[in-house]
Amino acid sequence: MSKTLRLHTTALSRRSFLTSAGGMAVAVTLGGPPRDALSAAMAPVTAGNFRPNAWVTIAADGTVTIMSPASEMGQGIMTALPLLVAEDMDADWDKVRVVQAPSDAKTFGNPGFYGVQLTGGSESTRGYYDMLRLVGAQTRKIMLASAAGMLKVPASELATEPNRVVHRKSGRSLDYGAIAGSGKLPEPLPQATQADLKPIAQCRYIGNRNMTRVDVPAKVDGSAMFGIDVQLPNMLYGAVLRAPVQGERPEVIDERAAKSVTGITRIVPLPYGVGIIGETVEATRRAKELLKVTWSSSSRSRNYTSDRLLEQYRSIGRNLAQTGVDAVADGDAAKAIAGAAKVISVDYMSDHVHHATMEPMNATALVTGDAVEVWAPTQGPTGTQRFAAAAAGTTPDKVKVNTTLMGGGFGRRAEDDFIIDAVSLAKAVEGRPVKVIWSREDDVQHGKYRPLEAQHVQVGLDADGNIVGWRHRIVADSIFARTMPGLFEKQKGHDDVVTEGAHFNYAVPAHLIEYIRQDSGRDVGFWFAVGVGYTRFAIECVVDEVAAANGADPLAFRLELLKGQPRARRVIETVRRMADWDREREGRALGVAYSDAFGSHCAQIAEVSLDRQSGEIRVHTVWCAVDPGIAVQPRNVEAMMIAGIISGASHALFEQINIVNGEVQETNFDTYRVMRMSEAPDIRVTVIPTPGTPIGGVGQVGLPPIGPAIANAVARLTGGVRLRHYPFLPERVKAALNA
Amino acid sequence: MTAFTINGRAVDVAAEPDTPLLWVIREHLKLTGTKFGCGIALCGACTVHVDGEPARACQTQLQEVDGKTVTTIEGLAPNASHPLQKAWIAEQVPQCGYCQSGQIMQAAALLRNNPNPTREQIIEHMDGNICRCGTYVRIISAIQRAAREART
Repeated sequence: MSKTLRLHTTALSRRSFLTSAGGMAVAVTLGGPPRDALSAAMAPVTAGNFRPNAWVTIAADGTVTIMSPASEMGQGIMTALPLLVAEDMDADWDKVRVVQAPSDAKTFGNPGFYGVQLTGGSESTRGYYDMLRLVGAQTRKIMLASAAGMLKVPASELATEPNRVVHRKSGRSLDYGAIAGSGKLPEPLPQATQADLKPIAQCRYIGNRNMTRVDVPAKVDGSAMFGIDVQLPNMLYGAVLRAPVQGERPEVIDERAAKSVTGITRIVPLPYGVGIIGETVEATRRAKELLKVTWSSSSRSRNYTSDRLLEQYRSIGRNLAQTGVDAVADGDAAKAIAGAAKVISVDYMSDHVHHATMEPMNATALVTGDAVEVWAPTQGPTGTQRFAAAAAGTTPDKVKVNTTLMGGGFGRRAEDDFIIDAVSLAKAVEGRPVKVIWSREDDVQHGKYRPLEAQHVQVGLDADGNIVGWRHRIVADSIFARTMPGLFEKQKGHDDVVTEGAHFNYAVPAHLIEYIRQDSGRDVGFWFAVGVGYTRFAIECVVDEVAAANGADPLAFRLELLKGQPRARRVIETVRRMADWDREREGRALGVAYSDAFGSHCAQIAEVSLDRQSGEIRVHTVWCAVDPGIAVQPRNVEAMMIAGIISGASHALFEQINIVNGEVQETNFDTYRVMRMSEAPDIRVTVIPTPGTPIGGVGQVGLPPIGPAIANAVARLTGGVRLRHYPFLPERVKAALNA
Repeated sequence: MTAFTINGRAVDVAAEPDTPLLWVIREHLKLTGTKFGCGIALCGACTVHVDGEPARACQTQLQEVDGKTVTTIEGLAPNASHPLQKAWIAEQVPQCGYCQSGQIMQAAALLRNNPNPTREQIIEHMDGNICRCGTYVRIISAIQRAAREART
C-alpha cells in the first residue's frame, strides 16, 4: 500500500517565483511496491496507465522514481532535470528511475516558461532549476524527519548519504527504501528553502563529467520508444494528403482508386487536405498516391515566392522611411549615425530553413466519447491538449497526452498540425486508435520554416573608428502573430523570437533595433535558435566588417567592445588559445564569432578553406568555448555545442527552402541538403562554468556563432569577400568572389 | 505469404510482395528499432542486414527477402553486447537517437569486413547515414573504440 500526500510548497522561499507558476504542488509517495512502469529506465509510454501526480516516488526496495517534466528531443533533458532532484534529495543515481511526466501543467509546467509544459527556448534547465532543487531538498528533509521518528533521535543529529539516512553517533542508518516501507510521513511536513540546497562545490551529480544520460542505453538496442514506434491494440493507420499550397482546401475528391486499395477503410475530408484510414501503413501510403483531388485556388499563399519576397524585404530594410516597432532604442542611434565620420551600411539575409527532424511528423490518437488520448513526440503537451481538444470538439482537460521520445525537435514539434491530423482521423473511427505518419516529402513540403528575413545594419564610426551608433532593422514575417496571438497583441506587435539575439552586450553608445513585420501569407515557425540564428549572423559579421575598416584584429576588437565583461572575454580568450589564433595557415583562414544569447557566453573559431573554382567552402575544425554559468551535465553541454555547430554549419552552407507561387520546391534529402559525416568539421569544446552566476541556457547556444565564424573566415581568406546571404551556396560564393 | 528469418526467428508475413521491408519489420512484426527516415534510401535510418549485408529496408521489397535472413538492431547481439553498442554507450554517442539503429547496423557491416578501418574508410562507409543532431564526431570515435577493443 502506498500513501500519497500533496503538500503545497508556497511556503518555500522565492514565493513570487513559485506563485508565477500558478502554484506548485509536490507530492511524495512513500511505500508500496514499484509499479510496472518503474521497472524500465524509461516508462514505455504505451503502457499508458501510470499517472502519478508526484515528482518523487520512493519504493520499499529503494528505487527512486523521478518525474521528467520536459520533452526529450536529444538535448538530454530527461537526465538533467531528474538529476537536480536527485542531487538535493541525496538519491543514489543508480537507483533512480526516470519517468516522463503526464500532461499536467499545473504540477509539471515550467515555472520559468509561461508555467506550461513546452520545451523550447533553451529554457528547461534554467526554468526548472530552482524548483527542482527545492523539491529535492524538501524530499531529503522528509526522509530525515521520518528517520528521526523511526530511530527516535533528533533530526538534527542525522545526515544523509546517497539513498540513506545515517546517525553517526549510534552508528545506525536507514536506507530510503526502509523509510519508505514504514510509510509514515512526518507532520508537519518540512519545507525547504534556498538555504537547504547543497553548495555547487559539494554536489555529487551537478557538474560531474562522469554522469551519463539515462536515455542512451535504450538508443543503442532499438528499445527506445519514439512517437512513430507507438503500437496499440486494434490500431489503424492514417495518412493525409495535404493541399499543395497552404490555405487551399479540397473541392472535389475522387476516392475510387484510393478506396480500392486492400485495407483502406475510410477517406476523411479535412479542411486542409484529405485523410486516409486503413489497416496497414503501406495501404494508406499507396492510397494516398491514388487519391485524385481538385483543390481550391483562392489562397493568398499562391502569391508567395520566396526569392521575390526576399528582394522586397531587402528594399524595405534599406528604406528608412518605412518604420516598424522599436525592439530596443538606447540613445539616438539614427542621429549618431547621421553625424558619424563613417557609416557602414549593409544587408544580411537568409532563406527559409527547414527542421528536417530525422523522425518525420507523426502522432497517434484515440477518441472515445469526449475523451481523447494522444501519444506523440510533442515539445508542448499543454498546447497539444488544447489543439487536440479543438479537433475532437472537447475540452483540454479531457485530453491526456503521452509524450514520447522525439527523433529531433528543433521547434518543429512545438507545432500541432500532426496532432490535429491524428485526432481528426481518430474522431472519424471512434474507439480505435489511429497512428498518422507523414512521408518525408510531406515533412519537407509542409514545414513551419524559419522566417525568410532581410536585415539592414548601419554602424556609425567617429574619426577614430569608435562605434557611435548601431542600427539594426529586421524585416520578416512574425512567428508569434500565429503561435502566440495574445502575447503578440499584448506586446503591440513585438515578436521577441523573430528579433531575438539582436540585442547584444557589446558596448555601443546608441543602439536601435527595429522590427518591420511582414505578413506574406505563409506560416513561419521556430527553428533551432530561432531569430538568434540570423541576428547574430548579421551582428558578428558586421563586427568583423567594422574591425576590418579600422584595420583591427577582429578578435582583439571584440575584447575591446567587451571591456568589463570577464565571462565574455574569457570564452573569447579561451578559443583564441585553443585555435592558436595568430598562427597563419596555408590555404586556410580562421574566423571568430561570439554570442551571449540564451543567458550563456559562447565563442567559436572556424578554420575554413575555399575551392575558388567550385565555390565550395570546407570547414575543417571548429573550436568552441562556452560558459553556461552552471553546467549541470558538462559532457552533455559539449554534445549540445557540437549539435549546434553541425546544424549551424549545415544551415549556413547548404540549407534552403524555395517556395514558388506557394509551392515548396524541395521534397526530400536529395533536394534539402543537410550536413553529412564527410562534410562535418572536427570540433573541440571547452566548457567553462562560472561559480556563483545564474544558470544559462544550453540547447541552442552552440548554433548562432558558427555561421558568422565561417563567413568571417572566408573574408579573411579572400581579402575581404563578404558572404551576407544564408546559405553560402557555391554560386553565391562565386558571385561574391567575382563581384 | 512470404517466409524469412528475422533475428533468428522464422516468420511468415501476409503482406503484398512489393511492400517495403521497412513497414513489414516495423508495423507487421513490431520491431520498431528500425526507423523510417526518408523512404528513398538517402538517410540510412532503416539500415538492416539481409544475409549479412547492409540494406536500406525502405528500398527493399518484402519479396526480395523470401527465404533470406534479416537482422535488425534488436537482433544484432544478445543483450546489446555488440562491441559497437558498448562503444556507443562509452562514447555517449546518441542525442535524439533516432538515426542510431541505422548507424550501428551500418557500422557493424563495416567492422565485419574490415576490423581495422581507417578514419577515411569509416567516413566513406558511413556517409549515407544522416544524423541531424550532428553526432558524427562521436560515431567515428565509437567505431574506432569498438575496433580497438575487439583487437584486445
